[in-house]
Amino acid sequence: MARPVREGLFTERSDGSIRLLGGYSPTSGKYHFPVQEVCPYSGAADVEPVELGPDGHLWAWTAVTAPPPGYQGEVPFGFGVVELPEGLRVITRLEVDAPSELQYGMTMRLVAAPVGDDVVTYSFEPA
Amino acid sequence: MSVEIAGVGIHPFGRFEDRTVTDLGIVAVRDALVDAGLPAGPPARFQAAFCGTAYAGVAAGHKVLGALGLTGMPIIDVEAGCASGGAALMLAAGAIRAGQYDCVLVFGIEKMPKGIIRSSFFESWREEAGLAATPAYFALRAQRLMRESNVTKQHLADVVVKNRGQGIHNPNAMFRKEVAADEVLGSRVVCEPLHLWMLCSPNEGAAAVVLRRAEAAAAGNVTLAAAALRSHLPGSVLSEATPLSGLTEEGIDPATTLAARAAYEEAGIGPSDVDVVECQDTDAARELLSYEELGLCPHGDAAKLVDEGATRMGGRLPVNPSGGLLSKGEPLGASALGQVVELATQLRGAAGPRQVEAARVALGHTVGRGANASVVILER
Repeated sequence: MARPVREGLFTERSDGSIRLLGGYSPTSGKYHFPVQEVCPYSGAADVEPVELGPDGHLWAWTAVTAPPPGYQGEVPFGFGVVELPEGLRVITRLEVDAPSELQYGMTMRLVAAPVGDDVVTYSFEPA
Repeated sequence: MSVEIAGVGIHPFGRFEDRTVTDLGIVAVRDALVDAGLPAGPPARFQAAFCGTAYAGVAAGHKVLGALGLTGMPIIDVEAGCASGGAALMLAAGAIRAGQYDCVLVFGIEKMPKGIIRSSFFESWREEAGLAATPAYFALRAQRLMRESNVTKQHLADVVVKNRGQGIHNPNAMFRKEVAADEVLGSRVVCEPLHLWMLCSPNEGAAAVVLRRAEAAAAGNVTLAAAALRSHLPGSVLSEATPLSGLTEEGIDPATTLAARAAYEEAGIGPSDVDVVECQDTDAARELLSYEELGLCPHGDAAKLVDEGATRMGGRLPVNPSGGLLSKGEPLGASALGQVVELATQLRGAAGPRQVEAARVALGHTVGRGANASVVILER
């Protein structure tokens, strides 16, 4: 697979699918993403790396029509927030760039998506 | 003991190719010192200076005061995103209340890069993935407001029409032309539901305020009743100016609500006592959200305030008589103090054609990166 946009954001399975890599702290009982060394809700250093989702529900969406700073890929692209079953809202790209085609609460599937040459990031598409 | 707004000064907000950020600051600082009846050169009559800025770089405040021969005292640059000027004001007022200083200069300066704001706030991977798309976050927040209340795109356009209409009377604003709702809705979609004219323009400018300790507020003088700054609570998403991933828990108070609550308590007043407001209209939906977060209306009633015309000039509670950031543009470090200059001018009854009648209590609000939110209350 092409280079991930950042190491440690997601893992790749043998079937080519990906899983978001989050953190869980037994102290707070809460999940976070991306995983960090201490829990952002309790400060506890007991964070366990966990695979999140993979599927979620669409909570908010739009389309980005002009390239944001530091971005070399194509526009427009979909952009939004997906709610994961772990009780987490994740800022993400979306594979649909026409806002009118998306609906609040629809089931979204995690996918790997290219951004620029030979770089992939996580994204979601309607299931 | 009270903290008086002894003087205010401003350099117009806009684009000034032939002026450095230091040049802009010099104009605002000189005007504020003269307005306060203080010399605009040495020896300095203020004992400390706080300078709000996000992009002006190392020792930016020193460069402004150095050009005027006004150095020797502590000069401290303060960065708190869009609330930088509010943060500087809070620190200055606190120092005066603590008895550390009698007179403090507070100013804000900025010369923003053009286009979508590039910010070191975002890690490089977020930029590479296209996630550093600032207007998209505003759009998601606007969509949420529309989903959870009866705010429509028409209301967003109405806010732009209101603020741009009010801005024509402000000589310090960048845009001084009225616009019609159909023109706003006909402008290019930047990030659905936000069209180009619903977003403020990052630009350049400076503003300055002289704060002075007063044993008893002299009749007619404007005093700083509160200057509160708050940051976001863990887990909140999209209620902030720069939401990152977080919890699905609802009911986490946003930074603006926290700052407003603290400011009302500090001033010993409530939202119903306020006569005029300058609030953060980075985008049209942000103004509506501010109505709710500042407690100017019950949760979910922002659209009603617009429909009733309550926040227009002549309404029950005029909001952004200066034209707001939608008319003035937004120079981050200067915008909060720009509001204070406007509100002090309103309370002095010197705002000319944009004067809010009989205004005695004024509230200024900024919120942005961090998240940071500031709420300032002035009284006369």
